[in-house]
Amino acid sequence: MSKFEFPKSIASRPVWGTLEPRQGEHHLMIADAEGAEAVLDIATPDLMAKTHLIYIPKGTDYVERLQALNPAQFYEGPSYEAALQRIRRVLEDAHMGLQVYLTGTEGMMGQAMNEVMTVGLPHTAIQTEHRGSAARRMQCVHCKGITEDVEVDPFVCSHCGLNLFVRDHYSRRLAAYQGVRVDAEDHGNLPEPKGIYE
Amino acid sequence: MSGAEKIQVKVTEITPLNELVTRFRFERIDGGHLPTFSGGAHTVVEMQDGGITRLNPYSLMSSPFDQSSYTISVRRDDQGRGGSLFMHQQVKLGDEMTISYPVNLFSLDLRARKHLFLAGGIGITPFLAQIKQLELLHGHWELHYACRNEGLASYADQLTDRHPNETHLYYDDQDQVIDLKNLLRGQPLGTHVYVCGPKGMIDWVRNTASADGWPEDCVHYEEFLAPQPGKPFEVRLAKSDKVIHVGENESLLEAIEREGVDAPYLCRGGACGQCETVVLDHDGNFVHRDHWLTDEEKAAGKKIMPCVSRFEGKALVLDR
Repeated sequence: MSKFEFPKSIASRPVWGTLEPRQGEHHLMIADAEGAEAVLDIATPDLMAKTHLIYIPKGTDYVERLQALNPAQFYEGPSYEAALQRIRRVLEDAHMGLQVYLTGTEGMMGQAMNEVMTVGLPHTAIQTEHRGSAARRMQCVHCKGITEDVEVDPFVCSHCGLNLFVRDHYSRRLAAYQGVRVDAEDHGNLPEPKGIYE
Repeated sequence: MSGAEKIQVKVTEITPLNELVTRFRFERIDGGHLPTFSGGAHTVVEMQDGGITRLNPYSLMSSPFDQSSYTISVRRDDQGRGGSLFMHQQVKLGDEMTISYPVNLFSLDLRARKHLFLAGGIGITPFLAQIKQLELLHGHWELHYACRNEGLASYADQLTDRHPNETHLYYDDQDQVIDLKNLLRGQPLGTHVYVCGPKGMIDWVRNTASADGWPEDCVHYEEFLAPQPGKPFEVRLAKSDKVIHVGENESLLEAIEREGVDAPYLCRGGACGQCETVVLDHDGNFVHRDHWLTDEEKAAGKKIMPCVSRFEGKALVLDR
């Protein structure tokens, strides 16, 4: 099962929705890993015939099933960063009426949402659904470096090496949660790392 | 005291534009600067018309960055309740008047990559200020302006002169109609559409955009409703412990104010939501005319917008 129930949290924490097919002549779906399941759930031949599907497998094996949906365009990218050029180009050429669907990890959805907002679509117009890993994209508030796919709390910043506490405080602009040094006052005094939602 | 803060002004220019529209310029009596505003804002003009105080909202059309004066354009409505006739017939150069601080219920969404303006008739006025704002910000905009005929197309000359590539005119008497469906379809992602004009035009644009998959938050509209006359009715104001009579030609809000009860308001046109009033009891039917309450709220009969809505029936009790 790829669905995960996030515990209730502060207002800054994103709340993801459930995808539903919408009216429209053009649809853009961006999915990574288990996000494929949300696409499979809403796919109809009619919808997929108008859909450009951008998919980042992240080691999963959904590609064949997605291709079998016969989307109008299908792109498989090795990473979000590699897919970004295409995402930007698609948004640049798109017209109003385009329906945007994002599904998969929080890190991918947050970054893609940022791209869509940059071209002027309000975030309220973008559909999202979380699937798969609940790992987070974290920004170190000290060095500003981003560490992707963080699963434990505290964790070590992949840039400056500080031990960071995983906060629910989220930045839509950075598409990242904030990581704050956990042993600032007593260096080396660290709680035992555990899963973020444990 | 309800409503936005007040400013004392003097009428320093009256310019008839065509057979229906006249422009008024206001400057502060004390010679100071007027507040800046954002394109799309309106001011509520107080008119002392005999025994009646009229409070009508008008869009500010001057540059939002010009603090020396405000201008408004008033279209004469011979069938209206008298506010526009008062402006046209009674207001003279040098008159002192009271206007409200600017209030904006129709502002630009500056997240937009492009602003598409659709104006019908006198609905052009808020766009004049928005265009001045966007020109200074180097914004990307386009105007489609529909009028009855060339003679009534206020500011069309000036717009085509200054912005020939952005301005598109349509005249009803020449059977020219905005090709809305294709216009909306061709817009780049991140376009916001703004419509100001008659109700039919607003509904047309909202429905066409929605059917074409435009997000609600990208469709902006402004329609000031003038309160419509209706059958007189009685209302009990529970908090003030008064029973008041609402006449045929006055709004419920005006009747409440006439009785000296201070009620909140801003736009007086059914758009802003400020005058929302709780209904404690009723026996009869509401005539809801506002853009504020949802259809469910209107059906529930627990709230009323006294600026434009009325009541027909035996008894109405308000929490005011």
